[in-house]
Amino acid sequence: MRFTWFNLMPWPYLPDDFREKNRSVWVDIDPNLFDPEKAHQVYNNYLDLLEYAGKMGFDGIGVNEHHQNAYGLMPSPNLIAASLARRTDDVALVVLGASIALYNPPLRVAEEFAMLDCISGGRLVAGFPVGTSMDTNYCYGTIPALTREKYKEAHELIKRAWAAREPFAFNGRYTKLRYVNPWPRPIQQPHPPIHIPGGGSLETFDFCIDNTYSYSYLSFGGYIRGQALMQGYWDRVAERKAPDSSPYRAGFAQTICVGETDAEAERLYAKHVSYFYNRCLHVYPGFADAPGYRTIKTIQKGILSQYAPQTMFQELPWKELVNNGSVIAGSPETVTERMEDLIKKLHVGNIFCLMQIGDMPQDKCMHSTRLFAEKVMPKLRNLFPEYADDGRFWCKPLAKRATPGSLPVESELATTWS
Amino acid sequence: MELKTVQTNRAAVRYYEGGAGQPLVFLHGAGGLDMDLGFLDGLAQKFHVYAPLVPSYGDSEECGELRDMLDFTLHTWDVVERLGLKDPILAGHSMGGMIASEMAAVAPNDVSRLALIAPAGLWMDEHPIADIFAMLPYQLPDYLFYDAEAGAKLMSAGTDMSDPKFLQAFLVQNARQLGAAGKILFPIPERGLVSRLYRIKAKTMLIWGEGDRLVPPVYAKEFQRGIAGAEVVIIPQAGHVVPFEKPAEVVQALASLARD
Repeated sequence: MRFTWFNLMPWPYLPDDFREKNRSVWVDIDPNLFDPEKAHQVYNNYLDLLEYAGKMGFDGIGVNEHHQNAYGLMPSPNLIAASLARRTDDVALVVLGASIALYNPPLRVAEEFAMLDCISGGRLVAGFPVGTSMDTNYCYGTIPALTREKYKEAHELIKRAWAAREPFAFNGRYTKLRYVNPWPRPIQQPHPPIHIPGGGSLETFDFCIDNTYSYSYLSFGGYIRGQALMQGYWDRVAERKAPDSSPYRAGFAQTICVGETDAEAERLYAKHVSYFYNRCLHVYPGFADAPGYRTIKTIQKGILSQYAPQTMFQELPWKELVNNGSVIAGSPETVTERMEDLIKKLHVGNIFCLMQIGDMPQDKCMHSTRLFAEKVMPKLRNLFPEYADDGRFWCKPLAKRATPGSLPVESELATTWS
Repeated sequence: MELKTVQTNRAAVRYYEGGAGQPLVFLHGAGGLDMDLGFLDGLAQKFHVYAPLVPSYGDSEECGELRDMLDFTLHTWDVVERLGLKDPILAGHSMGGMIASEMAAVAPNDVSRLALIAPAGLWMDEHPIADIFAMLPYQLPDYLFYDAEAGAKLMSAGTDMSDPKFLQAFLVQNARQLGAAGKILFPIPERGLVSRLYRIKAKTMLIWGEGDRLVPPVYAKEFQRGIAGAEVVIIPQAGHVVPFEKPAEVVQALASLARD
C-alpha cells in the first residue's frame, strides 16, 4: 500500500453564516473573505504539517491545483511542491496535479515537473488532471467542449518533450512550437509515474489503462459512495484486457480522523469535519459542470459531477458523515477496520489521506496523523502481497541524493578551492 | 415547415424549410429552434424560409470540426451554398445574429440584406452580458422573457425544475447544444466581430426587444456604430426571445427587407 498525506489547504476563516450569505465557495467567492496577512500564517502552517507527515512514515505528501477556491489555496501546486522538495528528504512529492490544458504553452508543466524531479532527486509523482469545470472553464476560461482535445494535445506534447533527445517542432492545434527542447528533463525515465484524477468518465478510464497511468478518484463522498465508480473502472480494466488488475492502477481520496477512541475522534474533529462538508463544499451548482465539459457518453451513464445538485452535501451531521463513509473516523481499531474495508472493496493501492480537514488546527491534525501513521498504517501495509513489487505507479528516487543546506564551511573556503 | 437534411463537406445539417417567395435564411440562437417554430410559420407566409440547425442542436449530429468562429462562419456559408441559395436575406437571432454578422463581414459582396435580431458578438465592459453557461434552468426565464413568470411556465411545460430527472435531461441537452454554442460564446460571447463590422455592405436591420435583459438594447447602438446605415427597430414589451414573444412584429420588420 502507498499512503499519501494530502492537504487541500482550505481557508480556515469562512464565517459561520457562509452558506447562507454566499452562493459559492468557488469561482465567484467574495474576495473580501480573503486576508493576505492571515494567509501568511495559513500557508506556513500547512507546509509545516505536510513536512510533519513526511517525517511520520507516509509514502507521499500530496498537493493539488485549484483556482479561486476557498477550500483549496493552491493555484500553483508546483510552488508548494518546490518548497517541500527542499524541506523533506525521502518522501514522495505527489502533485495531483498540474492542469496541463491550462498552461500556455503546456510545456511549462513539463519543465516545472522536471525541475521538481531534479531538485527532489526523483521523488516526483506527477498528476495530469483535466481539471474541474470550475477551475478549467469558469476560472480559466477554457472552452468546455474543447477542453478534452486541448488536454490530449498538451499530454502528447509533454510526453514527447520528456522523451526527446533532440529539439523537435510541435505543430499542435492549440500549441505551435518550433523548438521543443525542455531544460531540464526529469530524472525518472522515461517519465515520472503519472496519476490521473478523474470523476468517472469512460474516456479517462481508457486513457489510464492505455497509458499505464494510475486512476485516482478524488472524491469527498467517501468509499461507500465511491464504490460504484471504482467498480466501473475495474470493469473497464477487464474489458480492455489490461495485462493485470494491480491495485496500484487506482487511487482513492478519503477523509480520515483518528482519535484514541471513537468518542475522542468525534469530540476533537466533528467541528472541523462539519466546517469542511458544510461550508467548504458549498459550490454553486451552476459551476459544477459547464455544458460541453463532460462527454455525452459520460452524462448518459448517469455520472454527474460530485458538485451537481443531486449529490450536493446538505447540512450533514457527524454521525451521518461517518456512517455513510464520507469520513472514516474513530479509534485506531475502528479506522483500521474501515480502511481495510475500503481498500478491499475498492481494490485500491494508493490512498490519498485527507487528514487536515476544514479549519482543523495543527495540534489536532498532528494527533490524528500520528495515530494513523503509528497504529493504522502498519496494519494495512501488506494487503496486496501479490503486487508488492509493482513499482510502475510510484517514484524511483536516486539512491544518493543531495543534502539541502550543505554548503562548504565559510572559514574553510580558501582551502577548498586551492 | 418541413424538417430536412442537407449534406456539407463536414456535416449532415438538419434544417427547416417552408413557404414561398424570396429566400430567407434564419439562424437560431443558443436556445435552438424549438421556441421559434411559430415565428418561422409566420415568416413562411412572406418568404421561402430555410432555418438550419447548428450541428449538435435538436436531432442533428455533432461536428467536432467546428471549433472556432471562422469554422462556424464558413460552415454556415457551406450550408447556404448547398441549399443552392444566392444572396438570400440573412437573418439571425442572438448567437445566430453573431454568425450572420460574421458571414456578412467575411463575404460582404454575397449578402445584400441582413437582419440581426438581438445579436451576440459584441462586448461592452459597462454592459456585461450575463453568463448563460452558469445559469440553472430556473434562472433562464428572467433573462430571456419580457414576462419572466409566463416564460418560466412555458419553459417548464408542467415539469418540476427541481426534479433531478428533469435536471439530468436538461444536462444532456445542454451538453450537446450549449456545448456547441460555447465554442463561440464561452466564456465571453465576443470573437473580434467589432473589428470586422465595417466590412458589412448589406442593408442591415437591427431588431431588439425593448426589455431584453440578456443582450440589452444598448448593444443595438454599438452594432449601428459599426455597420454603415444600419436601421434599428425596437419592439416594445419584448425580451431577448423577441421572435417568440412578438413574431408578427419581427416578421413585419423583416418584410421591409424584401425586394419589390
